[in-house]
Amino acid sequence: MAQVPNKNNRLFEIFAAAPTRIAVSLIVPVVTFLVLRWSFIFMRDSEASKFLIGIVALTIGVGGVWVLFAATNNLVSMLPTRMRDTLRPFVFVGPAVAVLLFYIVFPALRTIYLSFLNRTSTEFVGLRNYEFVFTDPQMLIILRNTLLWVLIVPFVAVAMGLLIAVMTDRLRPGWEKIVKSLIFLPMAISFVGASVIWRFVYYYQPAGYEQIGLLNAIVTAFGGEPVAWLIIRPWNNFFLLFIMIWLQTGFAMVIQSAAVKGVPSSLLEAARIDGANEIRIFFNVIIPYIKGTILTVMTTILFMVLKIFDIVYVMTSGNYDTGIVASRMYKEAFIYRNFGRGSALAVFLFIVVIPFMIRNITQMRENRR
Amino acid sequence: MATVSLKNIGKVYEGNVRAVDNANIEIEDREFVVFVGPSGCGKSTTLRMIAGLEDITEGDLYIDDKRVNDIPPKDRDIAMVFQNYALYPHMTVYDNMAFGLKIRKFDKEDIKKRVDQAAKILDIEELLDRKPKALSGGQRQRVAVGRAIVRQPKVFLFDEPLSNLDAKLRVQMRAEISSLHNRLQATMVYVTHDQVEAMTMADKIVVLKDGLIQQIGSPLELYNDPANRFVAGFIGSPPMNFMTVDVTEEKGKVYIDEGDFKLEIPKEQGDILKDYVGKQVVFGMRPEDLDYHEEEMKDQTIKCNVGVIEPLGAEIHVYVNTAKHQAIARVGPNVKLQVGDTIYLLPHFEKAVFFDLETELAIGREQRRQ
Repeated sequence: MAQVPNKNNRLFEIFAAAPTRIAVSLIVPVVTFLVLRWSFIFMRDSEASKFLIGIVALTIGVGGVWVLFAATNNLVSMLPTRMRDTLRPFVFVGPAVAVLLFYIVFPALRTIYLSFLNRTSTEFVGLRNYEFVFTDPQMLIILRNTLLWVLIVPFVAVAMGLLIAVMTDRLRPGWEKIVKSLIFLPMAISFVGASVIWRFVYYYQPAGYEQIGLLNAIVTAFGGEPVAWLIIRPWNNFFLLFIMIWLQTGFAMVIQSAAVKGVPSSLLEAARIDGANEIRIFFNVIIPYIKGTILTVMTTILFMVLKIFDIVYVMTSGNYDTGIVASRMYKEAFIYRNFGRGSALAVFLFIVVIPFMIRNITQMRENRR
Repeated sequence: MATVSLKNIGKVYEGNVRAVDNANIEIEDREFVVFVGPSGCGKSTTLRMIAGLEDITEGDLYIDDKRVNDIPPKDRDIAMVFQNYALYPHMTVYDNMAFGLKIRKFDKEDIKKRVDQAAKILDIEELLDRKPKALSGGQRQRVAVGRAIVRQPKVFLFDEPLSNLDAKLRVQMRAEISSLHNRLQATMVYVTHDQVEAMTMADKIVVLKDGLIQQIGSPLELYNDPANRFVAGFIGSPPMNFMTVDVTEEKGKVYIDEGDFKLEIPKEQGDILKDYVGKQVVFGMRPEDLDYHEEEMKDQTIKCNVGVIEPLGAEIHVYVNTAKHQAIARVGPNVKLQVGDTIYLLPHFEKAVFFDLETELAIGREQRRQ
């Protein structure tokens, strides 16, 4: 085997030596950071063309992140084996965790802190804000409304989704796809978009004027008087939460359809031979089998319902006794500028969600096993 | 009384795929009938048609002389044990077995009596409160059988129930199902691809291939008197040896000539082959009907070379080669053999079966039966 020339050998040795590598691994992230900082200032202050700024952002953003990972990984590789294997996952998870910490965990902790202070966050007031949440008459209506949303939307969406899933399962494949796509379509619409659509379903003009709202057009076509759907209390809540059902049924249907198709056909056949009719099979065989999926879908929709603020805000601004916790939270914090109360409402929602969150996570862990 | 009668039963799928063709089977009261054949032969489809899980495309199905083609499974008074047991995972063993009875509005005490009795027969009394996921494969299978027993149906249907069990458990469960049949004195239809299960358990075997029934008969009938080459090769392990030979006649005696050896055929078989002189036939001989002989006997022994030797303890399986064929012979455990040896095998001609080369049907069955 030919000898590698001595000069090359030595150069390689210099580069491969540990001190050099450590130095490189430390210098690179520092340089990267400086480059990133420069690029940020450049993008913020520069008069250069948008195109150039865009290119810079892409290169620095993607390239910078890559270099950061590579350098940190390199650094960790040089540690003794055991340390290396325990540290390495953190190299890759680290940036993501950092983002989560700064943008979610710290704000959450801050919000909890603010909920114990007054409206301008200057004075400690203990539980006064929470007292407001549970005793103020308007708040009580809001809590009642939220309860309505929480009880009705997940159940109805899941039940309808399941029913449609089971029924479309019997259609011919071509028809099944069409029907399912139509029902799933609303999921592609943002909540605000959906609200705009339904605005024009519920729109009210006094009698005598032309009805541009779909429902009122139908009602007057049959000779009735137009109805101000969104103002009638307490029914206006139902008209609003129906929009959410319309949006989420598709989601519930798709997930549950997959679960229903996963029930082994031999189980259904055994039930048929045992004498069960289709309804009995549905309740005694299919539903118990997909119980886990049903609960997961229900809790997922529940989380979305608790966060709902767009539908109510766009349609009625929370007026006419249609407010729910999330819409009130927004109003308190950003319109009335009462950060204490807004934070208390946010914390309230947070606590309500925790038990369901725990249930979902344990379910996920079990499934993985 | 529980008889099952299939008359010209056929199953055709879309695209004109014939899964079962013109099946005629008579199942007597209390008989244990096994449908056996390779994968895709139509045995499961036939069973499912009896159960009512598949529509019958052609023909008529009678249970106890009543035509049941259009009657749903739950009204046919049948019970089925599935290959993967199909137990309700969210119910206890007790509830699994009671489910069918609850639906039919049986009395609570009645249900308890039946379930306890079945559990006793199957030795699963301690398992009644468990859920299926806490049971082993063999235990689940017993629960599946128990679910069928409590219904006290006219006909029990088994769809390859032992396929998912390990070999040892399979042997044990085979015996248990056989003794269950003796005990319950019920009509049972059993589907399997394993010919050993068929031979050991059946009163009557139906051999299927590609949707067509090849032969129906008792295990011994199929073993000694196969109707065609497929049945002969399917039943029996190790399988029958087949050699293509020329039939010749010299001085009034019939010979078969393989190339490496020539054999004189005794008079009874010789008469059967008279029509085939000058043509080729398939010569079938079971491994147990080939005796090891120390020396060559002219026109009586098969000359061959030893290929593989499988000592089994009680006997030896020898894989031998001639120029054109390979064969297996079962010889005594004390025969000294080495790979490459030239040995001589003496066939028992009264057990030989000859098959027509084109039709593959056994030659001379009618004469032999006389």
